[in-house]
Amino acid sequence: MGNPMRVSIVLSMAVLLGAASISAQQAAAPAQSGAQAQLPTGNADNGRKLFTSYGCYQCHGFEGQGSSATGPRLAPRPLPLQVFMRIVRRPPNQMPPYGPKIVSDQDIADIHAYLAGRPAPPPVASIPLLTK
Amino acid sequence: MSEKISVDRRRFLKSAAVTGAAAMVPATAGALEEQVPAQAPAAAPAAAPVAVRETDPTGEGGDVLTTERPGGDFMVDVLKALTFEYVASNPGSSFRGIHECIVNYGNNVMPEFLTCLHEESSVAMAHGYFKVEGKPMAVLCHGTVGIQHASMAIYNAYCDRVPIYLLAGNHLDAATRRPGVEWAHSVQDAAAMVRDYVKWDDTPHSLQHFAESAMRAYKLAMTPPMSPVLLVLDGHLQEEGITPEHAAQLRIPRLTTATPPQGDSGAVAEAARLLVGASNPVIVADRCARTPAGITKLVELAEALQAPVVDLGGRMNFPTRHPLNHSANLRGLVANADVILGLELTDFWGVTATVRDSLHRTSRTFTRDGAKLISINSVDLNTKANYQDFQRYPEVDVAMAADAEATLPALTEAVKKLVSSEQRIAFEARGKRLAEQRATLLNQARQDASFAWDASPVSTARLTAEIWDAIRNEDWSLVSESGNSSSWAVRLWDMSKHYHFIGDSGGAGVGYGAPASVGAALANRKHGRLSVTIQSDGDFLYAPGVWWTAAHHKIPLLTVMHNNRGYHQEVMHIQRMANRHQRGVTRAHIGTTIDNPNVDFSKIAQGMGVYAEGPITNPNEVGPAIRRALAVVKKGEPALVDVVTQPR
Repeated sequence: MGNPMRVSIVLSMAVLLGAASISAQQAAAPAQSGAQAQLPTGNADNGRKLFTSYGCYQCHGFEGQGSSATGPRLAPRPLPLQVFMRIVRRPPNQMPPYGPKIVSDQDIADIHAYLAGRPAPPPVASIPLLTK
Repeated sequence: MSEKISVDRRRFLKSAAVTGAAAMVPATAGALEEQVPAQAPAAAPAAAPVAVRETDPTGEGGDVLTTERPGGDFMVDVLKALTFEYVASNPGSSFRGIHECIVNYGNNVMPEFLTCLHEESSVAMAHGYFKVEGKPMAVLCHGTVGIQHASMAIYNAYCDRVPIYLLAGNHLDAATRRPGVEWAHSVQDAAAMVRDYVKWDDTPHSLQHFAESAMRAYKLAMTPPMSPVLLVLDGHLQEEGITPEHAAQLRIPRLTTATPPQGDSGAVAEAARLLVGASNPVIVADRCARTPAGITKLVELAEALQAPVVDLGGRMNFPTRHPLNHSANLRGLVANADVILGLELTDFWGVTATVRDSLHRTSRTFTRDGAKLISINSVDLNTKANYQDFQRYPEVDVAMAADAEATLPALTEAVKKLVSSEQRIAFEARGKRLAEQRATLLNQARQDASFAWDASPVSTARLTAEIWDAIRNEDWSLVSESGNSSSWAVRLWDMSKHYHFIGDSGGAGVGYGAPASVGAALANRKHGRLSVTIQSDGDFLYAPGVWWTAAHHKIPLLTVMHNNRGYHQEVMHIQRMANRHQRGVTRAHIGTTIDNPNVDFSKIAQGMGVYAEGPITNPNEVGPAIRRALAVVKKGEPALVDVVTQPR
């Protein structure tokens, strides 16, 4: 009753990183290629700042936890960096494209490192509020 | 006596105007006085005697305004006959007559005057009240500046198919207006500015005319598709006296409401045939359950078919934990369906298609080839042209211009008659499969909620779970929409009663949330229910005076702020534009965020007489704060907890 139809049409003015599957929990990652080795190494601390300054958190949450209304979960197991980067550059769904003029490869790598470093959630069974 | 004088005066003024323009021949002594300005040039010396006369209330020929039986008393009798519990209003001179009659002659009971601090709040309170109580609230406002303030809220109600009973004051007779503001607050056609989004309006010229139009307005407002209506109350009609003889002639007509329109029997039979023969039917409901009975009727149809239901949430249509509730899987179900039944859908096309607004703008229908679409929608009976809330044209196979709730019993009966024993076995197997999938959906929602559980700002999942833990053993009512907080309430809470959820604004006009929740809480008060709202910060700030209204009228309401410090939707729009224009998003916050300084919502609420705590940023402090506020609410007062949250 959060009106999924309206959400899909109105609220999907969002940074949707991919149509159906973004995080590694949700989809199998493609095989790593040789190009992976040439990708920059990310800096998680800088990634945290960029995740905020680039407004990623607006749709995916400060922790990359995602939202059914605006954007899928990204953390703590983001897609492999190469795939992640391709989606940022040419999003398959509603996410606005972030071209090289806006976000550098290094920036994306830093954001990726930040997301990969987010803590895993506690088990649902350990949260009494989620069993009622 | 006074009415005769004033009526005679009005008649005279009409004749005097004509006479003055033609031969200026006075008919009576009174006429001679009134013609003084016409006989002389508009020079100061000639005008002086007129000024003296008009500022001397005891002078010969002046109107006698004192009366013990003004027309407004009769208007109050009519409102009492319509059993209005409340009239929401920000006071205004154009309806001072009926205002006084309500509080004195009517003893401020049925209706009780609700002091509002903005007309938008008045209408939105009536909007929320109806969604719980199922009957309209009256709203009084100026015919000019009041309707102008109220117009967005009226539009929301129109889009949400909610009846609002609007009464607007106006002084039509220019010859008797007081100088200055009363002219600025008068209008030839008060309803013109909102006529596109009210179902009907009238400007009664007599008290009997008012009585009949009052009944007609109520009847039309309550006939699906429901909608706001507007009556313009002339100031003289409210204020001037009526003689005992005239009073004896006045009559309040009997109210007869119309039965909601049902679908044509042939169309119902065809819909039943398609649904029973379908391998993968899906039912999609938006504003289907007008009443609590609507939920029962929809459950009966779904169970007869063992078909999944997607509740779009315009109303509380279907229990959230029913095994056939698959609201979280709209797209998957529609893509796989061979028959789709749409019940009071705002946008059937949108249910079956996607629009991409990113690298390219594309739209694509994702239904299966040959899928049959059945629509039951009362809005087909009352669609207007100017405002475009009717959405894109849906290509349906069976279209019933009818009320869905009223049509469901006949459809269910037709379905039951058609189901063979073989089909019944297949339906049961389908139902079992759907029940297993439903359990998976709930587990998935809980798993999703666990992410960022301990984050600060507080996650909306955590916020919603903390509220649920505090209220779930009460007779509760969520009096806000849920989409702004990622729909966690409808995904996690066990909702089964009609008042457990009241949908959204209809027209997405911001500023609805706070006053609608106060109005809904007012309706819940007499039933002893606990009202709770998840209040967004941007909405709060449109007309925050409604919190004073809640405190003043002792309306118990637990408000938990979803304070993400911005117009989140608009932040994303500017991000989208900035990226599309290849300029980066670093300035997307300009004009869209509500920070620097951060708003202290608890101080605002406290200043209005409301118990309040916050801002809270530690998730572990949310639950205890909610419980302290809940204790205040249980004493019959509003309370607010300000929680700084994740964006969605």
